[in-house]
Amino acid sequence: MAILITEKTRVIVQGMSGRIGQFHAEDMIKHGTNVVGGVTPGKGGESLLGRPLFNTVREAVEATGAEASLVFVPPPFAADAIMEAADAGIKTAVCVTDGIPSQDMMKVKRFLKRYPAERKMRLIGPNCAGIISPGKGFMGIMPPHIYMPGRIGIVGRSGTLGYEAASQMKALGIGVSTSVGIGGDPINGSSFRDILELFEADPETDAVMMIGEIGGPQEAEAAIYARDHMKKPVVAYIAGLSAPKGRKMGHAGAIISAFGESAQEKVEILSAAGITIAPNPSSMGETMARVLATRRAAA
Amino acid sequence: MDIHEYQAKEILARFGVPVPRGGLAYSPEQAGYRARELGGNAWVVKAQIHSGGRGAAGGVKLCRSESEVQEFAATLFGRQLVTKQTDANGKGVYRLWVEGASDIAQELYLGFVLDRKSERIMIVASAHGGMEIEDLAENDPNSLRRMTIDPAAGLSEFQARELAFQLGLKGGQIAQMVNILKACYRAYRDLDAMMVEINPLVITGSGDLVALDAKMSFDTNALFRRPEIAELRDRSQEDPRESTAGDHGLAYVGLDGDIGCIINGAGLAMATMDMIKLAGGEPANFLDIGGGASPERVVRAFRTVLADRNVSVILVNIFAGINRCDWVAQGVVQAYRELGLSVPVVVRLAGTNVEEGRRIIQDSGLPLITADTLADAAEKAVATRQKLAA
Repeated sequence: MAILITEKTRVIVQGMSGRIGQFHAEDMIKHGTNVVGGVTPGKGGESLLGRPLFNTVREAVEATGAEASLVFVPPPFAADAIMEAADAGIKTAVCVTDGIPSQDMMKVKRFLKRYPAERKMRLIGPNCAGIISPGKGFMGIMPPHIYMPGRIGIVGRSGTLGYEAASQMKALGIGVSTSVGIGGDPINGSSFRDILELFEADPETDAVMMIGEIGGPQEAEAAIYARDHMKKPVVAYIAGLSAPKGRKMGHAGAIISAFGESAQEKVEILSAAGITIAPNPSSMGETMARVLATRRAAA
Repeated sequence: MDIHEYQAKEILARFGVPVPRGGLAYSPEQAGYRARELGGNAWVVKAQIHSGGRGAAGGVKLCRSESEVQEFAATLFGRQLVTKQTDANGKGVYRLWVEGASDIAQELYLGFVLDRKSERIMIVASAHGGMEIEDLAENDPNSLRRMTIDPAAGLSEFQARELAFQLGLKGGQIAQMVNILKACYRAYRDLDAMMVEINPLVITGSGDLVALDAKMSFDTNALFRRPEIAELRDRSQEDPRESTAGDHGLAYVGLDGDIGCIINGAGLAMATMDMIKLAGGEPANFLDIGGGASPERVVRAFRTVLADRNVSVILVNIFAGINRCDWVAQGVVQAYRELGLSVPVVVRLAGTNVEEGRRIIQDSGLPLITADTLADAAEKAVATRQKLAA
């Protein structure tokens, strides 16, 4: 089953006719993703990559039954594109765009709350690598060949560190059910906790690799959730042990500005909640292997 | 993006926040002239730099005569002011703000920030202002009042009033405070700010509220729609390496070590720095080359890293998704040839087009040290550095 995306999920791409949108849509199709169309205002009626283009997300949903949308729209228009998807009845939107103003995201989060639970859209990102269920499909910019299908969930802020984790696990023969990039912005659609909930409920996921970084309260919130509500083991790595306070490390969200936001403090909070810590970024795979072996021995 | 105190005061005054009268000076003579123009018999001369803690660092002084204003100004211009918040180089003083001295009965703290937990704008206030918020949070946490603002409804009158009463204000001060809070909120919202801080917000001898200091910083992602704010950028207050790197699409942060880093992705960059530290080395910088990096951008990354004279080894670590290993490899080879590199370079490539990338590195015949994994790369970089030092 995996989470968020399978081979059946009907996917549209907002901004598909752009250079980057087209490049990645093509890659997604090549790897089996069920891309059913694209949206570019003004290009409705045309087709691209053998898929129909629509002027609005609503038209695309009506014509194709799309459930998921990948948003490749430039920063000034991205928030609007996300809200359009939510209003058209899309279930899951993934936004790759980097550089959306914070107040636009504040507005988006508020907007998403206006819908009742059963038709509320789940947003992944922005500023993220996307989501992939290896062997089934993906929405995003990741290199799909580095992932091996399997039963471990990955959730992380950083795209490249997610790749690092997947390839370390692959080298040890450990595969991935779904990998989710939640993005490096201070305000994002889904938190670590939101994704942990999905993995905990997914019968095809046995354990979760969580990759956090300095800045923000989301790792601590996830720790409490894992402690109180999860039966599946979680392994975590937190990037930025060597990061100085008050300096922004690339991601808009990666800045230590409050108590509990440094890598050391987050590691302490996570360990106290019973999460196994990968002490450094090259031990993510082996730490997961060790946790799985202990589980098997206990069973 | 940060702006100067006097700019923040001008902006907030436009929204209705009361500020003392003052004038800007680019020279000691002009500072003296500003004092005369303002009148009175006491003035505060304040160095304009993008940093807090200016008072303790000697950048602010109460002067009692025009000549004292000029003399103090003369000691400030061109000086690098080192405060608790700057690095050891400090920030250059090129502008001064001269304002009439205020009669202070009490100092309050008022700040507007983006609260990541509630994902809303949050007001932080205290009846005990004057010190930095970090010190306040540590020494006097009970005095801090917090309040979040619903983005759909905006700041409500009742919320503002409630806060004013909580701070112990009385009579006409309540209405003044409500106006100040609403003005700050509007400025924050309408101009895409990330932070508005008035510290201290003072109650004068006659019982009125005045913003004695002001700080604003803005969301760089929103500057495209705030040209009037983008214009206020002052490059003299930025680390020249960081701002030049930024102009070329590179996120760079200079650090104290000697192992230069060229990496893709902020997370992997931080993780690689952690790995270097674990292997017994110290990173010289954080550098993210971004997505879809061309060979030219990689060469630019080498230039940026090498501008730091402490760098003795360079570690290139790329896990390509949206990037391409072959482009990065071409960039490395090109940098070697164009810049006549004399420091050793360790290269680790993985992901998109990795075979092609490795082949380019091998065929180049250059003395590049290759590594297969993250750990291998960090260990080789540190070992190379130690060999050089021995």
